[in-house]
Amino acid sequence: MWAYVVRRVLATIPVMAVVALFVFSLLYLAPGDPAAVIAGDQATPEDVERIRQSLGLDRPYLVRFGEWVWHILQGDLGTSIFTNLPVSTMIAQRIEPTLSLMIVTLIFAVSIAVPMGVVAAWKQGTLIDRMVMAFAVLGFSVPVFVVAYLLAYVFALELDWFPVQGYTSFQEGFLPWIENLVLPAIALGGVYIALIARITRATMLEVLQQDYIRTARAKGVGQTGILFLHALKNAAVPIVTVIGIGIALLIGGAVVTESVFAIPGLGRLTVDAILRRDYPVIQGVVLLFSFVYVLVNLAIDLVYTLFDPRIRY
Amino acid sequence: MASATVLSSTAPVPPHEVAAAPPMPDIMPPVKARRGVTGFLWRHPTIAVGGALLLLMVFIAVFADYLWTVDPTALAPARRTREPSAQYWFGTDMLGRDVYSRVIFGARVSLIVGFAVAILSSVIGLAIGLVSGFVRWADGIIMRVMDGMMSIPPILLAIALMALTRGSVRNVIISITIAEIPRVSRLVRGVVLSLREQPYVEAAVASGTRTPVIIWRHILPNTIAPITVQATYICASAMIIEAILSFIGAGTPPIIPSWGNIMAEGRALWQVKPYIVFFPAVFLSITVLAVNLLGDGLRDALDPRMAKRI
Repeated sequence: MWAYVVRRVLATIPVMAVVALFVFSLLYLAPGDPAAVIAGDQATPEDVERIRQSLGLDRPYLVRFGEWVWHILQGDLGTSIFTNLPVSTMIAQRIEPTLSLMIVTLIFAVSIAVPMGVVAAWKQGTLIDRMVMAFAVLGFSVPVFVVAYLLAYVFALELDWFPVQGYTSFQEGFLPWIENLVLPAIALGGVYIALIARITRATMLEVLQQDYIRTARAKGVGQTGILFLHALKNAAVPIVTVIGIGIALLIGGAVVTESVFAIPGLGRLTVDAILRRDYPVIQGVVLLFSFVYVLVNLAIDLVYTLFDPRIRY
Repeated sequence: MASATVLSSTAPVPPHEVAAAPPMPDIMPPVKARRGVTGFLWRHPTIAVGGALLLLMVFIAVFADYLWTVDPTALAPARRTREPSAQYWFGTDMLGRDVYSRVIFGARVSLIVGFAVAILSSVIGLAIGLVSGFVRWADGIIMRVMDGMMSIPPILLAIALMALTRGSVRNVIISITIAEIPRVSRLVRGVVLSLREQPYVEAAVASGTRTPVIIWRHILPNTIAPITVQATYICASAMIIEAILSFIGAGTPPIIPSWGNIMAEGRALWQVKPYIVFFPAVFLSITVLAVNLLGDGLRDALDPRMAKRI
């Protein structure tokens, strides 16, 4: 099995290399002159030339790629065109709010979505099931900023239960921290809950038809025990996989959620960078998020290989 | 006592005393098999509802020229941020533009982007998937590239692409298409690999059928159903990504009234004038919901095996 673990870890290296190559090559694949686009319409030829040099577009592609990868391996993601600060510093300053938002959303979404899917599968065909499925379709259809504005309007402006916008650091206490994250987490969690609930329901429906469920029922295991101990445990692999894959949705949604709720995280950094056409920052954020995404999914893969004795390679 | 006599009597009962069997209630009315388009829509209500809503949006988009009330690009600072009224149905925005007329034209951008991305990514993804499924040496390379592209969250990939190009509907379509291609290619590759194991394909290979003929006759028809379903989901996701890109200022240029742009303009004022954000949001949600319902319905109708899984 350790051979498998090593192989699985090594297999992520080409994936990350492709991500890096792709993100880097975008500069060269973009139609037209990216330096001119980044510099903007009012730029003088000198400005364009300066940006071309700072992006390394004046040097050969492969040389530049080699340099870039070498710098990344040392933790250097380049320098912002706008602020002249290292991109890694800018990211480090913004990482806490985004990480908080994602962790809170993850915990909230999983603890809602899994029971939802389990109950829907148990009560298949009933009103409860239909309501869960209807919610799932709505969750996929209503874009994150729509939910965000709706929540902010009702629960922050009208009812005044939560702060409208902003972020308080975790260091200033748990309550102010979580208070600011409740609405963003619900807004961001919508699609994610829909996805997980649907997969949980589908997998549970399959598992509940297995013989060992009938055996458990015959020997007198209660309904809760059957659902959560026998069935959910066996349905865990696809559910956990989708929780991992769905993190891509959270990352994309965070960009929007952070702008609606004025949370100074990586999403805001990305949006600001777009408005200033600060490509090195965008490149750095995209690269970081993609690597995190690959690594989280690697971790999930490895965890269930280690804990599920049925999986043998 | 009449009933007792009837029961105990063995003599034949005169015909006029026998009650006719009461008409049985229709416990199970005969199943009316509806045929044709009506029958199909009756059996798949999600397709009917989704299709109707989508047709409504297409109608709005096509006839936007006849449905607007005030020129959607006309600036009029004097009448800015008016509440919804008989003259300005959805109110006016910060620059005095009529939100209703802009929302009507926004349907065009959203639908064009959704349909264009769905078609383009399906066609390109189909081509890549076929090559990957049939050309062994290319498969490894293509799939590694697709794995890499799929590791970049689609919205971020589209954002990165848009940061390097000028905002236009065409560039938005290209960016989202690139982000969606890997999904289709993987789907097609999976279908191709499973079909190649089918006895009828093996038989065709054994009898010397050339590969292009096999692809045309045996593979392509089998990819149509899953690709159609996937295309509707891609359409829905493309509309959301377009709105998000425009909302954060990386999508269509502000001069074009797209739903994301209208919301972006209403963003600064949403606490006092929520209707500027509200109306485009409702239209966008309904359109995406329609496409998703259509997709769910098509999945159930076209591929019963897939329907069971999710």
